[in-house]
Amino acid sequence: MTLHRRTLLASPAALLAMPAIAQQAPIKIGVLAPLTGVLASGGREMVDGVTLFVEQAGNKFAGRNVELIVEDDGSNPDTALQKARRLVEQAKVDFLMGNLLANTGLAVAGYVRGTGTPYFIPIIAADELTQRGRIPNVVRVAGYSASQTAHPLGDWAAKQGYKKVATIGQDYTFGHEQCAGFSRVFSNAGGQIVRQFWHPLNTSDFSPYLGQLASLGVDAVFAMETGADATRFIQQYANFGLKQRIPLMGAMNTTDQSVIRTLGAECEGIVSAAHFAEGADVPATKTFVEEHVKRFNRIPSLYGFAMYCGTMWVAKALEKIGGRAEDRAALLTAVRETELDNSPLGRPVKLDSFGNPVYDIYIRRVVRRPDGKFWNVPFASYPAVSQFWNYSPEQYMAQSPYSRDNQYIRQN
Amino acid sequence: MKRQLAWLLVLLAAAALPLLLSSYHVDLATRILIFAVLAMSIDVLAGFVGRTSLCHGAIFGVATYVVIWASAKAGWAALPAMAAGVLAATLVAALFGVLAVRTRGVYFLLLTVALGMVVWGVCLRWTTVTGGENGLRGQDMRPALLVARENFYWLVLAVAALCSWGMWRFVNSPFGLSLRGIRDSESRMRALGYNVPLHLFVGFAVSGFFAGVAGAMYAFFNEYVSPTSVAMAQSVAGLLMAIVGGVGTLFGSFIGAAAIILLENTVSWYTDRWQSVLGLVFIFTMIFAPEGILGGLRRLAASKGRTR
Amino acid sequence: MGMNSFQLLNGLTFAALLFIVASGFTLIFGLLRIVNLAHGALYLLGGYLGYSTAIATGSFALGVLAAMLGVALVGLLLDQTLLRFVRGHELRQVLLSLGVALVLNDLALVVWGGDSFTVPTPDLLQGAVPVLDTFYPKYRLFVLATGVVTFIALWLLLNRTRLGALIRAGVDDAEMVEASGVNIRRVFLATFVLGSALAGLGGVMGGAFLALYPSADAEILVFSLAVVVIGGRGSLEGAAIGAVLVGLLNTMGQVWFPELAYFVIFGPMAALLAFRPLGLLGRAV
Repeated sequence: MTLHRRTLLASPAALLAMPAIAQQAPIKIGVLAPLTGVLASGGREMVDGVTLFVEQAGNKFAGRNVELIVEDDGSNPDTALQKARRLVEQAKVDFLMGNLLANTGLAVAGYVRGTGTPYFIPIIAADELTQRGRIPNVVRVAGYSASQTAHPLGDWAAKQGYKKVATIGQDYTFGHEQCAGFSRVFSNAGGQIVRQFWHPLNTSDFSPYLGQLASLGVDAVFAMETGADATRFIQQYANFGLKQRIPLMGAMNTTDQSVIRTLGAECEGIVSAAHFAEGADVPATKTFVEEHVKRFNRIPSLYGFAMYCGTMWVAKALEKIGGRAEDRAALLTAVRETELDNSPLGRPVKLDSFGNPVYDIYIRRVVRRPDGKFWNVPFASYPAVSQFWNYSPEQYMAQSPYSRDNQYIRQN
Repeated sequence: MKRQLAWLLVLLAAAALPLLLSSYHVDLATRILIFAVLAMSIDVLAGFVGRTSLCHGAIFGVATYVVIWASAKAGWAALPAMAAGVLAATLVAALFGVLAVRTRGVYFLLLTVALGMVVWGVCLRWTTVTGGENGLRGQDMRPALLVARENFYWLVLAVAALCSWGMWRFVNSPFGLSLRGIRDSESRMRALGYNVPLHLFVGFAVSGFFAGVAGAMYAFFNEYVSPTSVAMAQSVAGLLMAIVGGVGTLFGSFIGAAAIILLENTVSWYTDRWQSVLGLVFIFTMIFAPEGILGGLRRLAASKGRTR
Repeated sequence: MGMNSFQLLNGLTFAALLFIVASGFTLIFGLLRIVNLAHGALYLLGGYLGYSTAIATGSFALGVLAAMLGVALVGLLLDQTLLRFVRGHELRQVLLSLGVALVLNDLALVVWGGDSFTVPTPDLLQGAVPVLDTFYPKYRLFVLATGVVTFIALWLLLNRTRLGALIRAGVDDAEMVEASGVNIRRVFLATFVLGSALAGLGGVMGGAFLALYPSADAEILVFSLAVVVIGGRGSLEGAAIGAVLVGLLNTMGQVWFPELAYFVIFGPMAALLAFRPLGLLGRAV
């Protein structure tokens, strides 16, 4: 497989030649990922995930060749929008996949709303995209909504007997939604959210927050961090001696493989909730992790996993419709109806009627492997968790969405 | 007369572009025009007042924010929203002007960096209004007539042409000539009785007005704004376009904007190393062609004229 | 909530790092009149070099050494090659250094990838110790000490050596120094290399508690700009005062006015520049 744009310049005329030949033309997939900027490493792993699946599929979906066109969104919504335009209008891709940061995803979603291009978002977790503000051609294949995994963690924390918890999170939608999911369920189960801290993305020095966290007298802390912020937070949390004193819980991205890969003992023992755990004792997961390590010499992160499964999902849908990627309506219907039963999760997954998957959610802990590396190992599980937790979709969506000011914290 | 005819031809050629280009390239051309106006507004200061600004991206972005906020959050119609955006940008520029008139050279540059950072910081952190990292999204902001991208392109072309004419008149007016006098020797102008700070202030505000017009057009073009639109990278891009085109040439900005945007568009097909390419363009321009493309052409023409 | 000793220490340790980085910046700015916008990139490069060396050799000290030497070499090359072409043109130098920053950062991304790394510290500096009425990480206290030592060393260099005397004289009037028969170019070069090495030192120091990642360069650069602008071009004491002010403002801003955190630093800086364009201790040329 040639994973580069150069291939695109090969012979544009040939692609337009005849309808009969068009059937044989490759399926064009536009992949958007942050290859430069703060999230460059996550972006590279996204591309790895897609590449791994396409290679394993022999570079063919439903008998048609697959052409990946990868564009760098620069971790920047303006760039993402510009590149999405280019993929759709100039490269004429059949569908778009990817993006990592919520703001890049929202920008691209706003654009495809107008063009009708199918847009699959295995990483973009903004609740709204599969709830009140859903767009018919935007589907979260193999992804998750931000608060989906935070809800069960809030329940678990309450059952641990934690009475007082503080949250700290990045000050943007993804952070607001996860903290709200956690805080809502935890406080409704009788816990008390003592205080919530919001800090800008790319906070280099957490010491001002750590100083305040230390003096609150809480039983545990919930941290919603991504990328370099997560690295720094975990490290500084340990350096300031808080690790021994206050148990730390994290959003799944806080202890994702992309973060703990470069960390040492600081990350050991942090508890998080997620639908995927690279250290799960499940044959399908083990096989996937082994193959990923063999190909890229890295334990897969959530980014690699999600893009791998997302591509698998779309490929399966394409098989059902005979590879007619140009038929947008058929592709979207097929994707929505597909039940993924052979993914690395090792359990079947399908979408709810709003285009978001329903998962068994693991509660997992960061554990040291015999080789000294760290990974997430599950020790408890919540079955069939939808994005609406145990509320009905109607009841859930009648309330205003989670936001910084809408955290649904019950005062106990 | 000949000159006016030439300009008319250029304008007609630009207006004919959508008939030849794909819709994607029409968007690209629209983007070039918008950024050319931004680059020109920077050139008004850099080329004719001798003040290199690194906060015009922020002024541009203020207009974009205000237009989208007014349209999406306050529900204003396109025209009042646009007016509000340009007004806000001009006011911000005027405020910056008050602070900046006492400085020059690298100090002016540093001060404008700081002012730009303030705008960026406010957009990033004042989440209740600006949406923070998420930015603001507008929907169907353009009036029905302008939804088609060709129509929007023609509007932007008309506005860009008007702005160019306006800026050209400004720098060649008696007031503009005194600004050039300040650029060449501040002390002499002061001795001649000119109110130097007032001149600089007005120059800054006028330049900010045009940056605001560009930012407002960008709001309708992109229908989305986030802190990256007011970040320093935006100011850097605008300045680079002005420099590549040729500082002090004004219209060189069109060439500069086209060169940078087309280069970015082409290069990123082949490599992810766009940042390196941009950096190298900076380095090579500074070393080999500090007078920019149009500046270089003019010098060539002038030296030929002399030898003849 | 008051400014307790914990927050005070946070502000001061951050200030120490800022001083290490900004002192190099201000020396170069003061003597060579170059606003080196690649200074942040040099910081990041130093951090990465220090990280790789420390991982390979297991020694933090060797990491520091490698970073300072490596970045000093880059500084030397920069001064002898690219900057040669634009000597004497203030603005062209600034913009050229901006281009250098873009290229260096992109190269670092290619070589080290986008993961965030933390320079490993020796066991001796891990953990926390009781300070005043609180526990405080040893490493951050070490950074504070390094900042103070750097200040003293630079002060001695500037005030007690011939090179220092030349640099100080050069900051005030480079032409006078040259006229007195000194090869001012050599002094310029030494200053540029020294300033770069300080950026490299800062990179390792900061890389061990703030982590290294793409865009870390821009963050530290912006803070250093604020320090130098507040303190005044070429003034070591100014840089120290500026660093303490910015360090404390940054901590207070995040604690008390999270929504206005940046404004708290850059608002005062802009106001100061407008009324004292040369900074607190800067002198007119």
